Amino acid sequence: MTTKEPIGRFRFMNEQRVNLDGFATPAPELGLVAFNGLNDPKPSITIKENRIVEMDGRSESDFDSIDEFIARHGIDLSVAIEAMAIDDLDFARRLVDPNHSRADIVRLSSGMTPAKLAAVLSKLSAAELVIAMTKMRARRTPSNQAHVTNRSDDPLLLAADAATAAAFGFRELETTVPVAADAPSNAVAVSIGAAVGSPGVLVQCSVEESAELALGMRGLVSYAETVSLYGTEQIFIDGDDTPWSKAFLTSAYASRGIKMRVTSGGGSEALMGGAEKCSMFYLEARCVALARAIGAQGVQNGGIDSAAVAGAVPGGVRSLMAENVMVMLRNLEACTGNDALMSESDVRRTSRTHPIFIGGSDFINSGFGSIQRYDNMFGPSQWNSEDIDDFLAMQRDWGVDGGLRTADEVEVERLRRRATEAVTAVYSWLGLGDFSQEWADQAIDAAGSKDISSGDLMLPLTAARTIMETNVTMLDVIAALAENGFDLEAQRCLDMLKARVAGDYLQTSAIFDEEMNVLSLVTDPNEYSGPGTGYQPTSSRQNEIDTIRQQRSVSDLLAEQQSFDHKNIFVKGSAETSYDPRDVVIGVSPATGKDIWVTLSGLSLADAISEVLAGLEEEGCTGRIVRINDSLDLGMIGLTAARLSGSGVSVGLQAKGTALIHRRDLAPLANLELYSVAPTITRDLYRMMGINAGRHAKGATPEPVRNPYSDEAIEARYHTKVVSLVAIERNCVNSHGPELMELR
Amino acid sequence: MNNQKGFSGKNVSEVTVESIRRGDITLDDVRIHPETLAMQAQVARDNGNPQLAENFLRAAELTSISDEVVMGYYDALRPGRSTPQQLIEIANELELKGAIKNAELFKQAADVYARRGLAAK
Repeated sequence: MTTKEPIGRFRFMNEQRVNLDGFATPAPELGLVAFNGLNDPKPSITIKENRIVEMDGRSESDFDSIDEFIARHGIDLSVAIEAMAIDDLDFARRLVDPNHSRADIVRLSSGMTPAKLAAVLSKLSAAELVIAMTKMRARRTPSNQAHVTNRSDDPLLLAADAATAAAFGFRELETTVPVAADAPSNAVAVSIGAAVGSPGVLVQCSVEESAELALGMRGLVSYAETVSLYGTEQIFIDGDDTPWSKAFLTSAYASRGIKMRVTSGGGSEALMGGAEKCSMFYLEARCVALARAIGAQGVQNGGIDSAAVAGAVPGGVRSLMAENVMVMLRNLEACTGNDALMSESDVRRTSRTHPIFIGGSDFINSGFGSIQRYDNMFGPSQWNSEDIDDFLAMQRDWGVDGGLRTADEVEVERLRRRATEAVTAVYSWLGLGDFSQEWADQAIDAAGSKDISSGDLMLPLTAARTIMETNVTMLDVIAALAENGFDLEAQRCLDMLKARVAGDYLQTSAIFDEEMNVLSLVTDPNEYSGPGTGYQPTSSRQNEIDTIRQQRSVSDLLAEQQSFDHKNIFVKGSAETSYDPRDVVIGVSPATGKDIWVTLSGLSLADAISEVLAGLEEEGCTGRIVRINDSLDLGMIGLTAARLSGSGVSVGLQAKGTALIHRRDLAPLANLELYSVAPTITRDLYRMMGINAGRHAKGATPEPVRNPYSDEAIEARYHTKVVSLVAIERNCVNSHGPELMELR
Repeated sequence: MNNQKGFSGKNVSEVTVESIRRGDITLDDVRIHPETLAMQAQVARDNGNPQLAENFLRAAELTSISDEVVMGYYDALRPGRSTPQQLIEIANELELKGAIKNAELFKQAADVYARRGLAAK
């Protein structure tokens, strides 16, 4: 049987990037379903003698290790009966109702079982999840986290990129390694780079559990995140841990004063073939309950590595966001995914992130790939370095604080240089390795590791080994920084160590601001209770959000026009009415020859006029350039010019480049031909316009020139310039009569 | 923050870039003190998270145990590493060190691991 080629419309649709994504038919027996799995239990709880003897349909003798840990540690028995008795829909409504406080919802949630919270949150629509997130997140001030990695574990590039990420506003930096043994070197390089970029930036190095703890104990990193939880016992064990080992690990981190959160995320159990016929969302509800039970302060979830699995089923993207809100209901820090790339489509990946972006979370991305996709050793992220300007523009569009800010290019170059110098000095001082100046220069300039040809791939491994063997700690790094004149960075690294002594950043949702104040559930609580409450950016922060480097003011554009070198349009005298039938007036606008010299297409105004003149000449007509000073309206300019014109025909030309052909008997807003899309008008078109004007002058009916068609966002590119150029024109309007102009 | 003492008892205000450079500082000077963790536990409790408070109290007990031993305990709790008896032995060891809450955790694990087949064979 031959298969028929689809028709053109479908061939075309099939070629779109979204069709590279996998979409799965729900398969409940495999756990490939977002909500309402085959084995998802009905919420229930039975308490006897202050002990849970049944939970979510399972009696205690049948509890697996996850149930057991949650039942013994995770449920507040003093509110459980009250909380479990609340109708699911009633409680769901409280999440979006300003009359119910966050504090009360958190209190009741602590008495709810995993199935109960899953049932409640599955009732929220997408829009309601946004409100719930706005209201329920722990920290008032939103923030963001970046991935900083590269293919070769290049310490210079890591440090330069860490400093860059800090400059763009990221408050947590997560690195990892393609070569496991390189980890200590990466931790040192990123910590130094972060300190160059800003005070108070938290740094982690994601590696195997005990290796990560060891780095933390030496002070080489300041938080941990890769402590994975799973929703079924089998997959938990496959991950080489139990709820008890994770609880102990959590305490081990706290015992050294190190911030830590756990990682989970819907879809991971289905991906590993162990979902036990439960939905992704219910299994994640177990993870989140367990996170609270083991005493972790926060959770990174929202799919994470399995986000694309959730994204493949109906409602899956909504379930990812609901996971985040569930973390917030458990009164924990929410690091809300938007991490592993879940779609090839820019539209889908933006759609997946956007509700969380506007709702606001403790960390919008639990890893914005601040580096090139190919350098991201976690795999490409949902957002990557090519998206930073998009993200900044989105913040500005919506007035939303997504944690990022514009970084100045000169400043970033300075920081990158300083970061490479600091790493070079520390590595040399501690005997970890030597870098060439060429390598450093390439790292400063590099957009990614492919731009570096002078690196020594063995250096990170040797450095890492030396760090472990000679027991290098952050104290040694601080001393090395200080010995080499990096006092500021030494102090910043020391401040991060001292933060461990105070322990304030162990509290839920803690980050440091640039003055080293801890912002957390405790010090910066979210008290959203409807419009006008909750997080409002300070005026200086709002200014950061609003001021992106691409924005231009009227005075910027005026200066740009002023800097034009060939100001070759001059006033010759006053303009009179002509009676020569070959006379065609080119009416130019008030700013012509004064403040505007270049049209929107980049062509100089004089060149545009020359082409019109040449076109007229081809038709045996004589062009006269006349500035119409009393109007910036193109129709009036054209009509006024036509009335001065011996032939009665004119060309009207605004300084921004828009042009028309007019005739003296027409109404002001009428015309013979209009060239409305100034940015697309070329020299040839101005010449054609001159030719056609000449033909009209001779009484012929030429074929109108068509505006060039473009499917690009011409208006997006030029409308802001148009507003400014029109304002400049308006400033030049005066009551002087028409003036004869000449080109020299 | 500047009146706080590190694990060693040294006031954190004595920890400066200069004192580190002189080699006067060890990691114990910039490590959290158990009393601070107990204080943070109270803060966590006051902010609606008794589980986080419990974690800080377990952590306080672990502050005086060396990195290597802590990591050894963690490993012992991983699946299939220890028999229930070995977990009980660690619990007893922890009790002797005054780590009552951690000991409790190990005892519970011994029980659950036996029931769920997570203990070493």
